[in-house]
Amino acid sequence: MDARAAALAWRPPPLIEAAWLRWAVYGGALLYLVLALGTLEVNWQRAAEGIERGGRFLAAFFPPDFASHWREIEEGLLESLTMTVTSTVFGVILSVPVALGAARNLAPLPVYLFCRAVIAISRTFQEVIIAILFVAMFGFGPLAGMITLAFATIGFMAKLLAEDIEDIERSQAEAVRATGASWFQLLAWGIQPQVLPRFIGLSAYRFDINFRESAVLGLVGAGGIGDTLNNALDRYEFGTAAAVLLIIIAIVLACEYASGFIRRAVQ
Amino acid sequence: MLVIEGLTKRYPTGDLALDGVSLTVPKGQVMALIGPSGAGKSTLIRCVNRLVEPTAGAVRLGATEITRLGDRALRRARRRMGMIFQEYALVERLTVMENVLSGRLGYVGFWRSWFRRFPLADIEEAFRLLARVGLDHMVDKRADALSGGQRQRVGIVRALMQDPELLLVDEPTASLDPKTSRQIMRLIIELAKERNLAAIINIHDVALAQLFAERIVGLHAGRIVFDGPAAALTPEVLTTIYGEEDWSATIRKVEDGDGDGDEPPSVEAARIAAAD
Repeated sequence: MDARAAALAWRPPPLIEAAWLRWAVYGGALLYLVLALGTLEVNWQRAAEGIERGGRFLAAFFPPDFASHWREIEEGLLESLTMTVTSTVFGVILSVPVALGAARNLAPLPVYLFCRAVIAISRTFQEVIIAILFVAMFGFGPLAGMITLAFATIGFMAKLLAEDIEDIERSQAEAVRATGASWFQLLAWGIQPQVLPRFIGLSAYRFDINFRESAVLGLVGAGGIGDTLNNALDRYEFGTAAAVLLIIIAIVLACEYASGFIRRAVQ
Repeated sequence: MLVIEGLTKRYPTGDLALDGVSLTVPKGQVMALIGPSGAGKSTLIRCVNRLVEPTAGAVRLGATEITRLGDRALRRARRRMGMIFQEYALVERLTVMENVLSGRLGYVGFWRSWFRRFPLADIEEAFRLLARVGLDHMVDKRADALSGGQRQRVGIVRALMQDPELLLVDEPTASLDPKTSRQIMRLIIELAKERNLAAIINIHDVALAQLFAERIVGLHAGRIVFDGPAAALTPEVLTTIYGEEDWSATIRKVEDGDGDGDEPPSVEAARIAAAD
């Protein structure tokens, strides 16, 4: 065959091999988009009014007022930080056995299925929904928030850690096994060194998430800085609310930098 | 002495990797196992220490029937079999010393190993062996900072730390340059001879196998098709192991490449005979 003719005729292979299926998928997606847009009812007049209202709402946040309710802010902040630290520590510790059980290359099938189920349950429900349950069980306050976050941490950490364990280099673990090491020694010598950097990085990231979530959980009565924010909004003290938001942003930023630094350091 | 009888391995996928392999390796003998990729070389040595569970057959090391051991007894038996790996299989984030000491894991309890509180005699032996392979200046370097040849030397020391009776060596030179390959092979042979260890060495490089092993076993599709001294390896034998190919070039390459003349004369003679 003539190479030039072949080169001119050559096209990269399409994502979906069968032409009819390809056009059906594209056409179907387009049709769905058109129909979906058709069902949206947008009240443009209301939206125009809303922009102005939104502007006034935002303007009320300025200037931020740190001073007049500083005691409350400080209290909420300390509560949130306590909640974050304890829930991260408990959640991370509890996530390790779940992660080991959820790694297919370590656990037998029944244990694997059970641990994956635990992870799925923890990840299915949004923190706020779990928090409502725990507030009902333990009453208003940071205890409910702490338990909620610890529970959510288990699902998050265990899933990502289990995936990292499944991705380890098998030969390194095999070499440790070949020395006559016990199962726990295999974990400590063959697996832990391989997953430790990611484990630390994930813990730092989860700390950051837990702090952000602790601000949301206050809205359903689970204590912390979110409670302070909620009260401020209820009392139309937008200056105080702005101060709380700024503090949350500052702390999340600090967490972000810190976790980036930690991850680089442990590589 | 290692005795393998009727060893068979069928993987869950249905592939028959080993088909009734019987083999005896006396104490102090270095045996090279050659054969094409997929012939079952790796499976064979992994069935010996049961990193891969054999389907049928028996493996005996001395008086111990390894194929009948329970978990705990198997771990004790593994201490007697040092393994050296393709691509080294060091735990990369651990230091050279930690990797070497991991050879003692079968002998110390969990907490001692967790806190790295190994017996003084073990650490002393580790320093002695590292000095022997010329790595005593890299004790606290991380394993991933080493070159290929250095890593494999750490792998050898790790295996020897087990104080084994048998070395299982899986493609020790697969990712090394020709010169380093020879140095590593020479080191393995020397150390095996010093300690009177039996060794099974899987190796792709026929020339290296001829050069360093006294006995060669050829595996093809899970069966032994050749078992004899290195001198008996002729182009006809290579054809039964690997299939039709012009083998004279393979054999001549050794003559060209190795100038240090430390090989046994019998091997030299055999290669010349084979090249004709």
